[in-house]
Amino acid sequence: MSAILLSGNEAIARGGYEGGVTAAFGYPGTPSTEILESLVQHKDEVYCEWSPNEKVALEAAAGASLAGARVLVTMKHVGLNVAADPLLTLAYIGVEGGLILCVADDPGQHSSQTEQDTRQYARLAKVPVLEPSDSQEAKDFMVAGMEISEKYRTPVIVRTTTRVSHSRSLVEFRDRVKSDREIAFQKDPSRHCPLPVWGRRMRVELEQRQHQMAEVAAASPLNRIELRDRKLGIITSSIAYQYVREVFPEASVLKLGWAYPFPDALIRSFADQVENLLVVEELDPFLEEHVKSLGFACHGKNIVPACGELSAAKLLEVRARLEGRDPERTPARYAVETLPARPPVFCPGCPHRGIFYGLTKFDVLVTGDIGCYSLAVFPPLNRTDVILCMGGGISMAHGLEKSGEKRKVVGVVGDSTFFHSGITGLLDIVYNRGKATIIVVDNRTTAMTGHQDHPGTGRTLMGETTREASIEAIGKACGVQRIRTVNPYNLKEVHTALSEELAADEPSLIISRAPCPLKEHHDVGPKMRIDSDKCKRCRACLKLGCPAIENSDGVIRINSLMCAGCGTCAEVCRFGAIEQIVE
Amino acid sequence: MSSEKTISIVMAGVGGQGILLASEVTARTAILCGLQVKTNEVHGMAQRGGSVIAQIRFGTEVYSPLVAEGTADALLSLEAVEALRFYSYLRPAGLAVVSRQRVIPVTVSSGGAAYPEPEPALREVFSRLLYLDALAEAQKLGEPRAANMVLVGALAKHLSLPLESWEEALTQCVKAKALESNRNAFRRGLSLADDFL
Repeated sequence: MSAILLSGNEAIARGGYEGGVTAAFGYPGTPSTEILESLVQHKDEVYCEWSPNEKVALEAAAGASLAGARVLVTMKHVGLNVAADPLLTLAYIGVEGGLILCVADDPGQHSSQTEQDTRQYARLAKVPVLEPSDSQEAKDFMVAGMEISEKYRTPVIVRTTTRVSHSRSLVEFRDRVKSDREIAFQKDPSRHCPLPVWGRRMRVELEQRQHQMAEVAAASPLNRIELRDRKLGIITSSIAYQYVREVFPEASVLKLGWAYPFPDALIRSFADQVENLLVVEELDPFLEEHVKSLGFACHGKNIVPACGELSAAKLLEVRARLEGRDPERTPARYAVETLPARPPVFCPGCPHRGIFYGLTKFDVLVTGDIGCYSLAVFPPLNRTDVILCMGGGISMAHGLEKSGEKRKVVGVVGDSTFFHSGITGLLDIVYNRGKATIIVVDNRTTAMTGHQDHPGTGRTLMGETTREASIEAIGKACGVQRIRTVNPYNLKEVHTALSEELAADEPSLIISRAPCPLKEHHDVGPKMRIDSDKCKRCRACLKLGCPAIENSDGVIRINSLMCAGCGTCAEVCRFGAIEQIVE
Repeated sequence: MSSEKTISIVMAGVGGQGILLASEVTARTAILCGLQVKTNEVHGMAQRGGSVIAQIRFGTEVYSPLVAEGTADALLSLEAVEALRFYSYLRPAGLAVVSRQRVIPVTVSSGGAAYPEPEPALREVFSRLLYLDALAEAQKLGEPRAANMVLVGALAKHLSLPLESWEEALTQCVKAKALESNRNAFRRGLSLADDFL
C-alpha cells in the first residue's frame, strides 16, 4: 500500500487500530481531540466514547483492560492532571489487556492555559513514555507501546505535542493485529486491589519493573544512535529531533523514542562515543538532568529555551551560542507590532455574546472557565475576571463569595465543562450555604475543540442516540432552588434574569441555552444590515465585539458574508438602524 | 525546480477563510509528484476568527514541518494585513501571493486600533508581489468561497510542479459539488499570474 498523508493524531488512531485496540475513551482537548474522532471510523471493531472527563475515561479504560481488552485513552496535558489519581494507582495494579494513555502536550500554549511536560508524570507514576517525532512513528509507536504494555503489565504513556499531532506527513499502513486473549475478568484481589497488605508488594514490583524496562529500552529499536561527526553528539526526542536534523545535519544523534525508564546503557554508550554532548528537548530538562546524574557534562537548558516551543529558527540561535557566535538577526523590514491585533473572538451569531453583554450591565465579579467563552475576557466585552481550570468557574465563585468580597459573584461554565467537573462545585455551594449565581452557557456541544458530543447532547461519539442529562435536574438534585433558563439572543430576557438572580440571597442557576450556530451549519436568522441614514454612529453595536460588524472608515456596516443573523445588534441599536435583509 | 532543495510555503489568513483546503491541495500535488511532504496547521482557539497560518514543505527529504523565518519560498495570504503580519517567513527573493481582501479585526471596529492602507507596505516589504482581488475574481465566477483557489492557482504558476498534478490534487481534495467552481477559480488564478514574472 502506498503512503498516506496523515496528521499525527490520525496516525495515532491508525496505530491504535493496527495495534488491536478494541475500546477507546477520552475527553476532547486541543491538541488531542482528533485521535478519537479519527478512530471512530472503525466503530464496528473499536468501541469509542467521549467520557465526561479524563479521570472517568482512564478509570473506564482500566476496567476494560482488566477484562483483557486492548484500550486507548486520549487527553490533553491538563487532562492528565484530572486523571492523575487513577494513573498512579493503575501503575501499581497493572494492566491485563494493553493500555495506552495518549497525552498531547502543548508547548507554546497554542490552546492551553499552561505548558506542562507529561514526561514528569511518567516518572511520577513510574510508567514508560514513548515520544514519536512524526506521523509514521506516531502510528508505529502505538503498536510498539501495546506490546510493552502487555509484556510488562503497565500502562504506557504515548506523549505527543501540538506539532507532532497537527503536522501531517506520509504514513505506511500495516494490517490490524488483534489480541488472542479472551475477554473475561479473572478474579484475583491480591492483584487488583491495592489495599496496603498487597499494595506494599505492588510497590516493590513496580520498582523492579522499572529496572527491567530500563534495560530493555536501552536495546529497543525505538531508541537509536545515528553516528556522524563525533565532535558533537545531540540527545533529543519528539519533534525536536526534526529540528536537530535540520540545523545540525552533521552531528551524531541519540534519538530517544522510549525515553523513560531512562535507557542508561545506551546513553552511556553514546556519551562515550562523542566529544561534546548537547541535549535538545522541549519544555523541562527531563533528559538533561538525568544525563548529568549519570556523570556526563552536557549543554542543555543553558542554551536551549525551556519556555515555549522549539523550532529550527530557535535551534539556529542555539547553534550560534554553542559556537560562541552572536545569533544572526535579520533586521525587520516591517514593524509588525503596529498592525491591528487579531485575537480569537466570539464568532458571528455566537450565543455566548448575549449573556456576557448582559453581564456588562452589572457590577459583579465573573469567574470564568475553559471553553470558547474564555474569550469573554477580551475587549470589548471584558467580562471575565479570572479563569483557573475546568469547573473552577463554579468553585472559585463560591470561594470568592465566602471570602467576604463585597461584590456579588457570578460563575460561568459551559455545558461540557459543567458535566466534566462543575457538578461538585455546585454541590459545594448549596451544601455550604453559598450565594453565588452560576450561569451554564449551554450551546449544546463541546464547541472550542470542534463540536464533540457530551452527556447533555443526546448523542454518543459512535453516533447513537442516548438519554440527555438535564442540567436543570442536576441543579435541582444538588439542592438549588432558583433555576431558570434564558434565551441568550433575547437581551431583555437576559437582563431580567440577571437582575432577579443577582438580587437573590441564595444560590441560583441560570442556564443560557442556544445551540452553537457553527455546529448547526446554518444562520441563526436572516442576515442583518445597517441603514446608514438611520445610523447615528453611536457605536453601541460595536460593544458586542461581533466580527461581522465592521467599522474602519467612519461608516459602520455589517459584512453579509460573515453575519449569522442572530439579531443581537438590532436589539442594542436605539435608533432602529439595524434591520433584517429582505431577500 | 530542483528536487534537491526543500520547498517551503506559508499560507496566512483569518480563521475560517479556507487556508486548510489551500494547504491540502498544495500538499497533495507534491505527493502526486512523488515528493516527501510535511505540513502543519493551527487548531483550537486560534481558529475562532484569529490570525492563522499553515505551513507546507516538500522535497526529497523533509525534517521539520515548520518553516523557519526568512526561508519560505512563497507566502500566500488570503487577507492583506495578514500578509504583513507573517512577512518575515518569506525569504528576500521569495514570492508573495496576496489577496486584496480585508477582514476588519474587532480591535479596529470596536477598539482604537487602525487598519493600515496595506498596498504601499506590501510593495515595500515584498520584492515579488502578486496582489490580486481574489475575492472579486471568485465572486465573478459565482463562488466567493473559492477565493483561496484563485490564489493557489497564482501560486501554482510559480511553483514548477506539473499542472496535471495540481488538477488531479483538486479532484482528490475538493468535494464533488464544489469541484467545478474551485477548478475555475484555480484556472483564473493561473491566468492572472501569467503576466507576472
